Amino acid sequence: MSYLNPGLPKPVPAPDGLDAPFWEAAAEGVLKLQRCNACGRWQWGPEWICHHCLSDDVTFEAVAPEGRIYSYERVWHPVHPALKEQGPYLIVLVEFPDHDNVRIVGNLLGDPEQEVTIGAPVRAVFEHHPDDEPPHTLIHWTTASD
Amino acid sequence: MERSLRGRVAVIGVGETEYYKHGQSPDPEFKLALKAIIAACEDAGISPKQVDGFASYSNDRSDPSRLAAALGIDDLRFANMQWGGGGGGGSGAIGNAAAAIATGMADCVIVFRALAQGQFGRFGQGPRRNVIAGDTAHTVPYGLMSAAQMFAMKVQRFMHDHGVEQPALRAISLASYHHAQNNPRAVMHGRPLTEEKYDNSRWIVEPFHLFDCCLENDGAAAMVLVSAERAAEVGHKPCYLLGAVSGSHHRAGASVHNAPDYATSAFKTVAPRLYDMAGVGPGDVDVLQSYENFTGGVLMSIVEHGFCEPDGCNEFFVKDNLVAPEGKLPTNTSGGNLAECYMHGLGLNIEAVRQVRGASTSQVPEVDVSMVISGPMVTPVSCCIFGSEATL
Repeated sequence: MSYLNPGLPKPVPAPDGLDAPFWEAAAEGVLKLQRCNACGRWQWGPEWICHHCLSDDVTFEAVAPEGRIYSYERVWHPVHPALKEQGPYLIVLVEFPDHDNVRIVGNLLGDPEQEVTIGAPVRAVFEHHPDDEPPHTLIHWTTASD
Repeated sequence: MERSLRGRVAVIGVGETEYYKHGQSPDPEFKLALKAIIAACEDAGISPKQVDGFASYSNDRSDPSRLAAALGIDDLRFANMQWGGGGGGGSGAIGNAAAAIATGMADCVIVFRALAQGQFGRFGQGPRRNVIAGDTAHTVPYGLMSAAQMFAMKVQRFMHDHGVEQPALRAISLASYHHAQNNPRAVMHGRPLTEEKYDNSRWIVEPFHLFDCCLENDGAAAMVLVSAERAAEVGHKPCYLLGAVSGSHHRAGASVHNAPDYATSAFKTVAPRLYDMAGVGPGDVDVLQSYENFTGGVLMSIVEHGFCEPDGCNEFFVKDNLVAPEGKLPTNTSGGNLAECYMHGLGLNIEAVRQVRGASTSQVPEVDVSMVISGPMVTPVSCCIFGSEATL
């Protein structure tokens, strides 16, 4: 099962390897974000150095797959042929208050016409596609508690 | 010596091609660029062979060396590109051209933008390929891939933080369409918009209805800049540049929607520098052209340039406040990107010049200070202020 109809471009690690640890962890059902070993700051998207202390000693560290909705949007107009029959869908921007408020993007599972509350807690749901070419994992979000 | 562009450079000519719906230009993009440049030079009363520089933005494809060759220019002295996508560089390119003139690097610089999407493909479409890597690998697979989708996320958060309601966005669209009905060049001339038509239009991505989104067009626009001294010798009522700045705030470009100050047009640090250089404040601005990629960007831009408090949007953004000649802040008086033409906003700069000249189709009386806000929500953004001779 996938939230969006199949056919969108599939995520692969950047050729320079910058975000490879993120995607490798996602395939294992783990959410990792980037952290600086020198000053302890979190940052996202990934960078080669820490934007705060400029150290290049940056790593990817697992975090609890829980955040809260920072913003969201309900998309109606398809801009890709794969979504022609999709109907509306929800994209959320999820922030991690315990990790310097960095944010990631995903879909919000459930009724696409549900009312969405900014600030609502959400937890990650990993959508694995091991048999796709190439295999990949998407990270979605749900407001359900279990 | 004072480090400012104030009053040192003037626009002496503006030119546009006919504006077409996207994909409908009979001419290829490069020829459109040439036509606009020649028109701007005709308007200025100079030969294109007197041009010695070109400045553009948004990765314009019409290369200055090829333009100079095509126009038979003897001595190309300045070839400049403002980094960044969308319309964020429109006023920035004008600033770059003016800086070259003010510092003696060039004497007569064309600022231009040309677009033929039939030839080169449309903007508002997602990528068609099997895999995606890099920053967009973290957004596209979730169906976040068009400009409308990128920016709706910011606007939604701003509206949430400040209790902004949909009619505030609607007023911006109504004003642009209102002005387009006076402007025979406008693609939406003869196609007025009502509140009902807006309300009943389909959602593109909430909170943007169809009429909150810019057009996509083919065409080209250009302006001629020279020193203020030389401008004084030209026949037109001169239109002086009082200031032009660009940039963005701390980590505005952090990828995957991670700018710490997120729900912003990106002008909070830029607008004060513009007013400082121009020596005016928001209360002095007679007429505004504010880039509409999406109405929400206009709303945040107007707030961040000090015309309205963030919590006062529902009262400020009503159509009567935004229309010429008598609105509090006549905005997008040509019809702008929503209803005149989407030429990555250079048409807005041209309209700002027309307002100073007294030649707009929705003229505001006695314009001395005429402002342009270019390409909100991208990075870098830019803005500029033009002034009449009385402002010097």
